[in-house]
Amino acid sequence: MATATVAQQDSAIYEHHEQEHHEHEHHDNFITKYIFTTDHKMIAKQFLITGMFWAIIGGFLSTLFRLQLGFPDMNLEFLRPLLGGWIDEAGKLDPTFYLALVTMHGTIMVFFVLTAGLSGTFSNFLIPLQIGARDMASGFMNLLSYWFFFLSGVIMFISLFLKTGPAGGGWVVYPPLSALEQAIPGSGMGMTLWLISMTFFIASSLLGGINYVTTVINLRTKGMSFSRLPLTIWAFFLTAVIGILSFPVLFAAALLLVFDRSFGTSFYLSDIYVAGEALPNTGGSPVLYQHLFWFLGHPEVYIVLLPALGITSEVIATNSRKPIFGYKAMVVSLLGITVLSFIVWAHHMFVSGMNPFLGSIFMFLTLIIAVPSAVKVFNYLATLWRGNLIFTPGMLFSIGLVSFFISGGLTGVFLGNSAIDIQLHDTYFVVAHFHLVMGSASFFGLMAGVYHWFPKMFGRMMDAKLGYIHFWLTFVGVYMVFFPMHYIGIAGFPRRYYSWTNYEFTNMYTDLNMFVSVAAFITFAAQAIFLFNFFYSMYRGRKATLNPWSSNTLEWTTPLHPGHGNWPGEIPTVYRWPYDYSKPGAAEDFIPQTVPLSQTPESNLPHEQEQVKLELEIMKEEAELLVANGSKH
Amino acid sequence: MESELKYIDIVEQPISMHPKKFALWLFIVTVLMVFAALTSAYIVRQAEGNWLEYELPEIFWITSGIVLLSSICIQAAYFAAKKDNFIGLRIWMVLTVLLGIAFLVGQWYSWVALVDREVFFVGNPAGSFLYVFTGLHAVHLISGVIFLIIVLISTFRYKVHSQALNTLEMATTYWHFLGGLWLYLFLFLLLNH
Repeated sequence: MATATVAQQDSAIYEHHEQEHHEHEHHDNFITKYIFTTDHKMIAKQFLITGMFWAIIGGFLSTLFRLQLGFPDMNLEFLRPLLGGWIDEAGKLDPTFYLALVTMHGTIMVFFVLTAGLSGTFSNFLIPLQIGARDMASGFMNLLSYWFFFLSGVIMFISLFLKTGPAGGGWVVYPPLSALEQAIPGSGMGMTLWLISMTFFIASSLLGGINYVTTVINLRTKGMSFSRLPLTIWAFFLTAVIGILSFPVLFAAALLLVFDRSFGTSFYLSDIYVAGEALPNTGGSPVLYQHLFWFLGHPEVYIVLLPALGITSEVIATNSRKPIFGYKAMVVSLLGITVLSFIVWAHHMFVSGMNPFLGSIFMFLTLIIAVPSAVKVFNYLATLWRGNLIFTPGMLFSIGLVSFFISGGLTGVFLGNSAIDIQLHDTYFVVAHFHLVMGSASFFGLMAGVYHWFPKMFGRMMDAKLGYIHFWLTFVGVYMVFFPMHYIGIAGFPRRYYSWTNYEFTNMYTDLNMFVSVAAFITFAAQAIFLFNFFYSMYRGRKATLNPWSSNTLEWTTPLHPGHGNWPGEIPTVYRWPYDYSKPGAAEDFIPQTVPLSQTPESNLPHEQEQVKLELEIMKEEAELLVANGSKH
Repeated sequence: MESELKYIDIVEQPISMHPKKFALWLFIVTVLMVFAALTSAYIVRQAEGNWLEYELPEIFWITSGIVLLSSICIQAAYFAAKKDNFIGLRIWMVLTVLLGIAFLVGQWYSWVALVDREVFFVGNPAGSFLYVFTGLHAVHLISGVIFLIIVLISTFRYKVHSQALNTLEMATTYWHFLGGLWLYLFLFLLLNH
């Protein structure tokens, strides 16, 4: 009979895992434990470490072009050992390599760090642990997801060392620049490798996303209804949904671009003269690429941001010792952002020659995003309001995220207006906007997550003092870097330009740029504190307690070093939502999700008291059946 | 026995669907999004003018018929497996695979027909799009045929029967989807060319 009971299933899985565990003790070698592992926790760590590696590369590239922007007359001869031919005889950075630098910085940060590094790490780590599952729905797909990402990274890394340089058409790789090899050196082999790398990345994201959605829907533990999911899980779930819907579209766009580049089709190319020579391509439309690209590109912004917002919800509620304000409103605003993210893409294309009427529709839809975003900000602030704030490093980074989300979000309202966008489009104002609201906010979400869940990942605590230093240097540094860019942008200076000194009107910003560059160097250098703290604490950190932040969610009910399968016994059952902090009447200021309502009569609200009877009935019946089933074995 | 049945009635378990089947549906969504993107691109591009007009290859009618037949066959195979009719299951599965291959051959001849009409992959996007639609669909169909062959082999090992229908169900779902996807593409081309 196909009537395997839940308890049986659980125990069967448990036995299976125990067996595995048992085997592991004998056969688990370095390769199956650390490299080709199917354990979601190890895969999460792989994503995290790889993401950190790419963050260092991406950040380092930005220091190189900030050198050029802040100190245009500087002799960069000292970089020759590293950059070789990209420094010319006069000691200047090669202008085409400058383009490659900004392109690679964008690609690496958006895809490798903030998509794979953030979503890959925390979706993998937290989804099974917080919903009460043994592992992801498919450990093998999860393994593939990481290794596709790794392969994509290897290919991108190789492209950095090509003689013609990596892709240089901007991270959006618009044709015709990206489609024609003769356009710039970076459009040759570098662009080809970019496309191959992104194909693997898309495959990796889809494998991951399908797994996350399947796991959240199908593998929740008993009692874990959608209304009891931690907001982290809601955010990861919706992020995965966005990825599943938008990455295939990027694949379609890239596929057509590959055909244009390598097979001579004309999807995006028409009537082009390069170096006095007319190309045979006719009938294509470069704007078509922009539509396809931004149909991914805009949701991608939320793929990057939503996990950070989810992590923030959890960290802020825990460290304010208060229930998250407006749980339902948070979920609805996440849903709203998810839906809206798909119908605003053309606000990146206001100046592409699109119909102004269409432009006003997209403007209207874009401005609506301010509503769910404001709801989220309001709820964060209301959760903080009069809470018993505990300023852990994770909490500080979460509050930092809220700050960036506000200051960067406000300029989004400006940019969303098509009339203002005509002036500000592709200026440093845009750079300032998205680095604050998307880049820094998501990065701070990532950091908050690492500081908060480090004890669960490695069983040790990170050093809080170093965390504070890291936070303040980074927080102040980010504002020092990106706030002045608003002024440069309003003055009309376009992004992606190699040199600032050719025109009188930009000359006066040389000092400001120098300031920005110095701030950027300091901020980048401050990340070394984090790196030291991370790796040092991994081995030498203070041993963590089981629930160091007195948190309610399920991951803190696992052992200090959870094995493959997460819980040594049965998976805990969930009886309440995850935000019962400082509940009036309760003995402690937190009640974990695993505590039944029947055990807390002193703090139950009237409607919860009514549920107690039902809960007791179900528990009684289950206990009887467990005994009955147990006797049969 | 009775207590086991009773158990299921009582326990509220959120597990609602076989995870692999669910993942397959999500994969189908991603494939659907690729083609939604491409067909939308087709419409957007077509609206801009400079569009080559040509007749669709007539063989598309035949291949559409083949795809419909193959869907019926795999459904019959599924029903046979449900009744543990192993001979029927194998016959229907073999038929499905053969029809799948016949469809691919037919799609190849549609390209031959296009070349005869001087519609090439390289040239006006109107033609290029058709090659991309059929080509990308064929790639997915090949993956479907491989999946079917794997299931076919397992039917000969008696691994597919009324108590073990999961893989066959997944193959059926995927195959129906691929057939439906082709019919959508064909209808789309009929309406928009």
